[in-house]
Amino acid sequence: MKSLRSYRKYRRLLAVQVRASVLLALQYRLDAAFDAAVELFYAATALVPLLVVFGTRGTVAGWSYPESLLVVGWFTLLQTVLDGIIVPGLTAVVEHVRKGTLDFVLLKPADAEFLVSTARFQPTRFTNVITAGLIFAYAFHQLGRGPSPGGMVIALVLLAFATVVLHSLLIMAIAASFYVVRIDNLAYLFTSVFDAARWPRSVFRGLAHVLFTFVLPFAMMTSYPAEALLGQLPPGRLLFALLGAGAFALAARIVWNRALGRYTSASS
Amino acid sequence: MSVQRTITALPTLLRVGLAEAVAYRAEMLVWILATTMPLVMMALFTAVARDAPIGRFGEQQFVAYFLCTFIVRQVVGSWASWQMNMEIKDGTLALRLLRPVSPLVNYAIENLVSIPIRSLVAVPMGIVLLIAVGAGGVTHQPVLWLLWLLAMIGSWALTLLVNLAIGSLAFFFESSVKLMDIWTAAFFVLSGYLLPVELFPARMRPALDWLPFRYQIGLPVEIMVGAHTVEAALGLLARQWSWVLVFVLLTERAWSLGVKRFAAYGG
Repeated sequence: MKSLRSYRKYRRLLAVQVRASVLLALQYRLDAAFDAAVELFYAATALVPLLVVFGTRGTVAGWSYPESLLVVGWFTLLQTVLDGIIVPGLTAVVEHVRKGTLDFVLLKPADAEFLVSTARFQPTRFTNVITAGLIFAYAFHQLGRGPSPGGMVIALVLLAFATVVLHSLLIMAIAASFYVVRIDNLAYLFTSVFDAARWPRSVFRGLAHVLFTFVLPFAMMTSYPAEALLGQLPPGRLLFALLGAGAFALAARIVWNRALGRYTSASS
Repeated sequence: MSVQRTITALPTLLRVGLAEAVAYRAEMLVWILATTMPLVMMALFTAVARDAPIGRFGEQQFVAYFLCTFIVRQVVGSWASWQMNMEIKDGTLALRLLRPVSPLVNYAIENLVSIPIRSLVAVPMGIVLLIAVGAGGVTHQPVLWLLWLLAMIGSWALTLLVNLAIGSLAFFFESSVKLMDIWTAAFFVLSGYLLPVELFPARMRPALDWLPFRYQIGLPVEIMVGAHTVEAALGLLARQWSWVLVFVLLTERAWSLGVKRFAAYGG
């Protein structure tokens, strides 16, 4: 009973926070339209290396052009999750810690990790969902077939896992701001390293392969769902992804709580 | 604001800038790590070249090219535009304006003194490069190394000036960060940072020669790996320095018109 009540409370809280973000974005409509256009420009420039590479040959590291496009599609989708949902709220934490205004968040009668994670959304970034949809449509048109229904379900489950892992990684990165002052560019670092997820996992070998499979599990985020849509993902991988997502969420929770213990309200 | 006064202040400025760079070393390290994209591109392109080379680029050539790109970016990189946006918005630019030296010179010096710290990563990288690809990966002509030095200075100046010019636009609009982001996105693709400009289709190449992006990073990298003859390098250098001149004028205009609109709220 209690857990149901707290679930309802957090659902309502989330709705309020989302509404505030949407209103904030719509306040400057011209800016919002400009932002959306810029997103399209980014997506277009990001395709250039792919086009150049596949201009010279049919397959790269075992992936054909339309298959690689599926990976790019998932990457674009996850960029929405990252830039539209996860990063905006969490970057504010660094500023809060520096100024000491995190007090006001901690005083509220709700979980602090939840509050900072949902504090801010960027609705304009959601144009990327349309871009991703177009990329998927084009890729399957090129392949001459549709995704397998079972694969679509698995891919959506993997999307949820990927969101959990991205959120956990960012929480752990942000926790560093409790220890080191002026480290406001960590989110920027993460988004730039995340660019590696644009490429199929078999591109990376040796150390990079280990790094992008276990430490920063980009393989699970973009290559696995693409393989699932193609109906080529071994079922065991889903279990691996589930365990991975759970481990990351737990680690992030522990790191966040320990970091909070280090917080000394800077203003007082 | 005489030249002489700036020169007398130079040693102090250098010392203060170095102290700041050392004080915020964690932030500096993060900036360095954020520029690892050439290494990702290296992984990608060597995977592509494993089956068959693209043009004259085999695995070795790609390794050399992207390691050089990484090194050059450490030296010529600048983030003055983000800093200016922040300082114009929160009013702390006022503190720079009070000093007897132009803030533009100040930004340039801050960038200059952080080069040794950023090189702490670039220099070991250079050694790795030499071991990995052997001395054959880079050019052996002394003349080309001389031109490379000029190209490096040009790239550094151009990148800084673009940052200062776009940063100055924050006086006119609330923020010019978005514009800098667009510039950066175009720079990534068109400059030789993500892929060598040689790999672009032939009909796009002339446009890339005229645009400023390649002169921010591509040119010194190309000279370093011996992609150009001396004559070709000289021609490209002339274009690079023309762009430097254009941006000197643009920055000067944008700054002097903009700074008049500055109001230090809060501070």
